[in-house]
Amino acid sequence: MVTAVDLDAHMYDVVKVGHEQLMGEVIKIQGENTIIQVYEDTSGIRPGEPVENTGLSLAVELGPGLLTSIYDGIQRPLEVLVEKMGDFIERGVTAPGLSHEKKWEFVPVKKAGDSVGPGTIIGEVQETNIVHRITVPPNLEGGVIREIKTGSFTVDETVCVLEDGTELTMMQKWPVRVPRPVIEKKNPDIPLITGQRILDGLFPIAKGGTAAIPGPFGSGKTVTQQALAKWSDAEIVVYIGCGERGNEMTEVLTEFPELEDPRTGKPLMERTVLIANTSNMPVAAREASVYTGITIAEYFRDMGYDVSLMADSTSRWAEAMREISSRLEEMPGEEGYPAYLAARLSEFYERAGRVETLNEDMGSVTVIGAVSPPGGDFSEPVTQNTLRIVKVFWALDAKLAQRRHFPAINWLNSYSLYLDSLHDWYDENVNPEWNRIRIWAMEVLQKEAELQEIVQLVGSDALPEEEQVTIEVARLIREVFLQQNAFDPVDTYCSMAKQYDMLKAIKTYADRASAAQKAGALTSQIVAIKAKNELPQVKFEKDYKPLLDKIYAQMDAEFNAMKEA
Amino acid sequence: MKEYRTISQIAGPLVFVEKTEPVGYSELVNIVQADGTIKRGQVLDTSDELVVVQCFETTAGLGRDSGVRFLGETIKMPVGSQMLGRILSGSGKPKDGGPEIVPEKRLDIGGAAINPYARDTPRQFIQTGISTIDGTNTLVRGQKLPIFSGSGLPHNEIALQIARQSKVPGSTEEFAVVFAAMGITKEEENQFMQDFERTGALEHAVVFLNLADDPAVERIVTPRLALTTAEYLAFELDYHVLVILTDMTNYCEALRQIGAAREEVPGRRGYPGYMYTDLASIYERAGIIKGKKGSVTQFSILTMPGDDITHPIPDLSGYITEGQIVVSRELHRKGIYPPINVLPSLSRLMNLGIGEGMTREDHKKVSDQLYAGYAEGVDLRGLVAIVGKDALSERDRLFLEFADLFEDRFVRQGHNEDRAIKEDTLDLGWELLATLPEEQLVRIDRELIHKYHPKYRKKAAAESGTSSATASDLRSESM
Repeated sequence: MVTAVDLDAHMYDVVKVGHEQLMGEVIKIQGENTIIQVYEDTSGIRPGEPVENTGLSLAVELGPGLLTSIYDGIQRPLEVLVEKMGDFIERGVTAPGLSHEKKWEFVPVKKAGDSVGPGTIIGEVQETNIVHRITVPPNLEGGVIREIKTGSFTVDETVCVLEDGTELTMMQKWPVRVPRPVIEKKNPDIPLITGQRILDGLFPIAKGGTAAIPGPFGSGKTVTQQALAKWSDAEIVVYIGCGERGNEMTEVLTEFPELEDPRTGKPLMERTVLIANTSNMPVAAREASVYTGITIAEYFRDMGYDVSLMADSTSRWAEAMREISSRLEEMPGEEGYPAYLAARLSEFYERAGRVETLNEDMGSVTVIGAVSPPGGDFSEPVTQNTLRIVKVFWALDAKLAQRRHFPAINWLNSYSLYLDSLHDWYDENVNPEWNRIRIWAMEVLQKEAELQEIVQLVGSDALPEEEQVTIEVARLIREVFLQQNAFDPVDTYCSMAKQYDMLKAIKTYADRASAAQKAGALTSQIVAIKAKNELPQVKFEKDYKPLLDKIYAQMDAEFNAMKEA
Repeated sequence: MKEYRTISQIAGPLVFVEKTEPVGYSELVNIVQADGTIKRGQVLDTSDELVVVQCFETTAGLGRDSGVRFLGETIKMPVGSQMLGRILSGSGKPKDGGPEIVPEKRLDIGGAAINPYARDTPRQFIQTGISTIDGTNTLVRGQKLPIFSGSGLPHNEIALQIARQSKVPGSTEEFAVVFAAMGITKEEENQFMQDFERTGALEHAVVFLNLADDPAVERIVTPRLALTTAEYLAFELDYHVLVILTDMTNYCEALRQIGAAREEVPGRRGYPGYMYTDLASIYERAGIIKGKKGSVTQFSILTMPGDDITHPIPDLSGYITEGQIVVSRELHRKGIYPPINVLPSLSRLMNLGIGEGMTREDHKKVSDQLYAGYAEGVDLRGLVAIVGKDALSERDRLFLEFADLFEDRFVRQGHNEDRAIKEDTLDLGWELLATLPEEQLVRIDRELIHKYHPKYRKKAAAESGTSSATASDLRSESM
């Protein structure tokens, strides 16, 4: 924190501090004093050193070159920083977010004489396997095109000139703390398919929705988030490692480029932007990283893409706010967090949504935020304020993780408020039966939880026969359907069709079991049906249908044999 | 150098100096007492009118007649290759009667953050010889894994056993231990030093000692000196460095003490609001850098006040470190050493360092199955307390016995018992799993069961007609 005197600055202007030109941001103005939060370590800075105002607020550079990039919290490309200053992040080094030398092949989609407005797509660049659509910046008025070029340009070169003389390049700058405008927010009624059974099956999130993953440490939050980044059917993934561990970030950084996108066969990195601000990097840059990430996500949304944004973790972000606020000696709210915590969180999550873009396309930003409640205590302010805003809650559970039940998402505490709006989609795209089976599965799990309480007291033998079967069915749902191995090449992604087939198989067993029971079969016999023991293997088979058919046939044979007996 | 005699206030470890020329933030300070003794400190806050200096030693004897000299540089650690084998104080001065360190380099102790892009993924398995770590919470090079313990538990013995036995199987690369003690007692110091000397470990160790009666403020710099040394050894001299920091709880207490003296707004339980960032600046100094041979692996020990894992110190640590090894009082009371409770323990980088080509293909699944079985058995203990053993089903009884067996055979081992991963730890795991019905082993694929389950192995051995002893025979000899 640095105080400057007689600096003609505005709130959130970016300034350069001292002889080393450290980057900082104005966070308070008090008479002649301007309080600056510096993004870097301030050791050795003395009173009397100069402070220079850039007059601009913190903005990111948006244009071709974003994809595959790895940035720190203030959009400095980490790869370039390694070249400039070696393996450790030293101070006072700046690097532009986009390469200003690289040339991109610009193909116009508009021609001279066309009239364009803010947000209109004027051309395309094949950036990776993703087409990067170049738009008129939303803060310009637009007009009629006088000239539009074709060919290879850097992001600084003019590609289009309007009648009023406005020159457009492929790059635009946007202040990170301001949401990019849209025509209208739509209702989220298409699910974001993640390939994770417990998520797609039981607690789905819609495209443009918001979700929170809270979890005490060690409950598999990061693994779940990474699985989402890898497998969700969003076209663009923005991953913000906010106050994350260096080694884990490295895992992401080395793993992503190696991963194949299951749909295109190209590296997953080609549709990804990573923002890595590890816990020991400056706290102010951590605070900014979340805004940097969502602005980039909105930019791709404006091209008509579905974007999923993961923020891991928003608690670290809130802590950064708390640290800055306490240095400003602001009056603290709950647990030392600033009183504006709730406002900042809701502002951030409100930037999610499925929208009609200025170009009249549909695009979406889905925000999945991780919260790390201290001591796993969900009543703390960050978790509580987040839950008031988000629509989906995936409650990670350390107890499940300890039993190596992964993904360790508690099915009783989690919820999704999108079930109603997604109902029709499942009817049309999965199976008309799906919604009913889903409700059935939830009922069994709920019932099991109640029965477990009794079992805890009196043992499982004391349960009525019928409910011993329920316990067995619930066990199948848990172990076969809910448990999913993120490290198994096949099980890591499970299509909706397979999810339906698996749950349907369990339901079939349950139905036949209850029919057999009514016909007078012994519970011990029903529970001993061997066919169901093969069900876990279905998870690990790529071509699972023959196995499933075999299980059905065996189940048939066993139940029939029981009937005859 | 100018000496200021403008001290306006002294409060706890803080000295307020007025009317100075511009002084840099974090600069080093010498405070000269009236009798000529020099105390060291650091600038905490600087402005035109007032400079706040934090004194590393006690401020007893300082008064308004003391002089203050600003040295114009931030804290630097002299480092050199002949540091190995040396014992230094918590502020880096020789404590073993040897000469001053001849610096080959002077490094800033704050340590810049490693650029995440320059980091390499840690994936090299370290064998500690302790089954509960190797088998179920595997440590890899470049990881930071703390031991969460409580007062009166044998965490020091565990740390020493790890320091003694840690190796990468089949590797002969140079390694070093950097040991930093913060606020430990003289007795604990003796325990560590005797063990280091007995095993000859001191030769490749650098020891930093800040004892319980040394100034608390010094504790703030001790781990940073140690890590600066470790980074130098690792990234410039190609050593594989194991850093042991003990006890982080004392460090955090010191942090709180200074925060209070500075009249900062306190956070949870009086600890400063920036404790997370501060701890991160210590714990994050572990890892591997692309293109560099060495590595820094961190083992920090912290005692959980009141065995409370939700206390801010273990809580914030757990968010930064890559897992934790939890030492359990319950197991300790049962007389089990090392009393590591695997259920709340975790190694986040485990999956990177295990499996085919690193340990063995069945490692992950065996570990998962052991976890699941033990968790189930432990749950059943609660039930048995209510309904008695007789009310359990046959299956439940087997799991209950499995939990006891797991603690007795897998967890328990000798202070000097160095178990090899494949031959001892994993095969022992299989032997225990074999007491459960085969269809209960749902975490393991059929294929692996056929390959490693003792039942099939015996069969295979019998079929091939070899006379080699089975896995279980081998072990009964070694135990």
